[in-house]
Amino acid sequence: MKNTIGIILTGGKKRELKEMTIKRTSAAIPVGGKYRAIDFVLSSMVNSGITKVGVITQYNLRSLMDHLGSGKEWDLDRRHGGLYIFPPSLSGDGTGWYRGTADAMYNNLTFLKRSDEDYVIIASGDCIYNMLFDNALQYHIEKDADITIIYKEMDGLSQKELSKFGILEVDNNGRIIDFQEKPLHPASTKCSMGIYIISRKLLMSILEDCAAHGYYDFVMDVIIKRIQTLRIFGYKFSGYWRSINSIESYYKCNMELLQPEVRDELFLQADRKIFTKVKSEVPAKYNEEAEVKNSLVADGCIIEGIVENSILFRGVTVGKNVIIKDSIIMHDTVVEDNVELNCVILDKNVRVTKGKSLKGEKSWPVIVGKRVVV
Amino acid sequence: MIRKEIIALLLAGGQGSRLGVLTKRIAKPAVLFGGKYRIIDFSLSNCINSGIDTVGVLTQYQPLKLNSHIGIGKPWDMDRMNGGLTVLSPYLKGEIGEWYMGTANAVYQNIDYINKISPKYVIILSGDHVYKMNYSHMLDYHKEKGAEATISVIDVPIEEASRYGIMNTYENGRIYEFEEKPEHPKSTLASMGVYIFTWDVLRDYLIEDNENPDSDHDFGKNIIPEMLRDGRSMWAYRFAGYWRDVGTIQAYWEANMDLTKRVPNLNLFDPAWKIYTPNPVKPPHYIAPSGNVKMSVVAEGCMIYGNVKNSVIFPGVYIEEGTVIEDSIIMSNSKIRAGSYLNKCIIGEHVVVGKNVRIGTGENIPNELKPGMYNSGITVVGEDANIPDDAEIGKNVVIDIGVGPEDFLSKTVPSGKSVIKGGKCQ
Repeated sequence: MKNTIGIILTGGKKRELKEMTIKRTSAAIPVGGKYRAIDFVLSSMVNSGITKVGVITQYNLRSLMDHLGSGKEWDLDRRHGGLYIFPPSLSGDGTGWYRGTADAMYNNLTFLKRSDEDYVIIASGDCIYNMLFDNALQYHIEKDADITIIYKEMDGLSQKELSKFGILEVDNNGRIIDFQEKPLHPASTKCSMGIYIISRKLLMSILEDCAAHGYYDFVMDVIIKRIQTLRIFGYKFSGYWRSINSIESYYKCNMELLQPEVRDELFLQADRKIFTKVKSEVPAKYNEEAEVKNSLVADGCIIEGIVENSILFRGVTVGKNVIIKDSIIMHDTVVEDNVELNCVILDKNVRVTKGKSLKGEKSWPVIVGKRVVV
Repeated sequence: MIRKEIIALLLAGGQGSRLGVLTKRIAKPAVLFGGKYRIIDFSLSNCINSGIDTVGVLTQYQPLKLNSHIGIGKPWDMDRMNGGLTVLSPYLKGEIGEWYMGTANAVYQNIDYINKISPKYVIILSGDHVYKMNYSHMLDYHKEKGAEATISVIDVPIEEASRYGIMNTYENGRIYEFEEKPEHPKSTLASMGVYIFTWDVLRDYLIEDNENPDSDHDFGKNIIPEMLRDGRSMWAYRFAGYWRDVGTIQAYWEANMDLTKRVPNLNLFDPAWKIYTPNPVKPPHYIAPSGNVKMSVVAEGCMIYGNVKNSVIFPGVYIEEGTVIEDSIIMSNSKIRAGSYLNKCIIGEHVVVGKNVRIGTGENIPNELKPGMYNSGITVVGEDANIPDDAEIGKNVVIDIGVGPEDFLSKTVPSGKSVIKGGKCQ
């Protein structure tokens, strides 16, 4: 896929993610013991052969910038192409802030203009999946589509959950005949994955047109408004895919990583590994009192307690007589002796002092924000 | 160009022949250690943590894995425009092509490399040792004493002193005599194979040594005694931390086991002195409901459905249900099938141990072919070996690299025997 560039949108403010996005954008949210959400789309692009990726970012971008660095871990520290990061900037004619996804891309039109690749893949930065885009691009070309939207059938979701997605309907030929953004009453279970394939030239002309008319949102102002006039096709993805759009889905997605099939699909495919920033931690250390069952444990952990159905990120310390169940414990958090945690999400660098007990519900886990001492 | 005060030369060409099957295909510095590292990582990390960013790595024996491991030095931040890491392998010069004929000769053959950088000091390291050391303190000592050579020494028990090169010093630390493996050691200060030389002085000795046809071209045997004879200013720098020459199967196994202790003597968790290594790109490891891990070190990418105790498990190891692993080292991407029992063994990379295999049982009889090498009750399985289901393997057994089920004449391999490619069950 040499002929394609990638754009990752990380802009939106996700109030549903509460404390976890106070200090970071949802694309930078820690997932699966050592990753950040953006690793999945970024690795998918790189594994598909894309060597030029622009990351558009707006809210709380420090932790995302820190994570991406020069793009070294994704082999994107290149002389030609590589990783570009586009935070909002104040220029003569704008307010500085991106007013929407289309506006954000328009503000960085130079990136598109200076490229010579034919296609662009636009994807959001907060979804968990591992996909090669080659087949979707092939489909896009075969269908002679203007835009191809990659979607997934989410049969298992309730109406309430479905209404957090873009819902689409396709005809027999695969053409999208209706697209509803976050509808109250979803007409189908086909959820847009927020991944769009479009030719670079068409994208540039659409963005210029949007700017001229004062339109700012790619979904509302491009996809929905032009569903009749543009050839917009749906490409079905059947692998694992989760959008981190609420605490509930965040918790659920992390817990699903405890299933061997899910881990196998996401992490153990030799030709499409998920890359992330390296921390040079020591392999985890288990002491005599450790009783770990059905859990993911990253490097740098020291464990002396009971851990069940949980995810321990890098550098977590679990003291003696500790019981951790159904919880997510992020980087460098310390759980001191005699602590009991049940359905808890502890953010980075939290310290739970001796003897404390925290208990949430699976549908409503307790969240402790970054650097809090409990 | 910013002039370098000191550069490091890392001698990584040794085979480490006493490690037997572990170094059959790779040089000793490339042997895996501690759940994710290779031995050379310690010296390289010490360099960068000590502020030395220019390192020449001298390779010779089986360099493929070593070269791909160190690459251009990225994990150690040595991919630099100015300085950085350079792999120095022997090369053809005019008519003659020469291998490195000794540690001193290896450095001699790279005089051009060093001259070009023209440092004031060079530190000579070997990639064979496991330790954390701040070389900049040693350099301070070297300068403070006005030394021409400083040799790092460690106090060893007197009964073990005759296994090392021993430095005899005056009270103030100045060396007056060096004895290689003395029968009756006069001191307990063993050389760690870490030397700082003032480069101008060393260069002259290297050139002189090269012209001496009787020389072994070795730092310990030739250069240092020669400098002492000339009354050069040579000082012993005492190092008090953890240092291991993991040169034998037993020493290698023990040093790995040290890391499984509650508070290991070698603290790898120190954020101020990290040990760097290329990252394996694997997810966190998974402990299944049937798994149980105690007093062990487990790396990323492992899947553990069995019981693991006092062991060091490298990345990507798969341990099936109903297994018991005790006092063992299991290297990257090996698979231990269901119902197996492993005691005190070293399993190489990409090994498959079949179902219901028992390793490390029976009496402690030294290996018949190499009793000097395999005699401490540890069974060693070489990389890529495939052990058939239901095999029963004793202590001090060696399973050669790449051995398959067809090479086992019998499923029972008693203590002290070997299994070699081509089917000789001794």
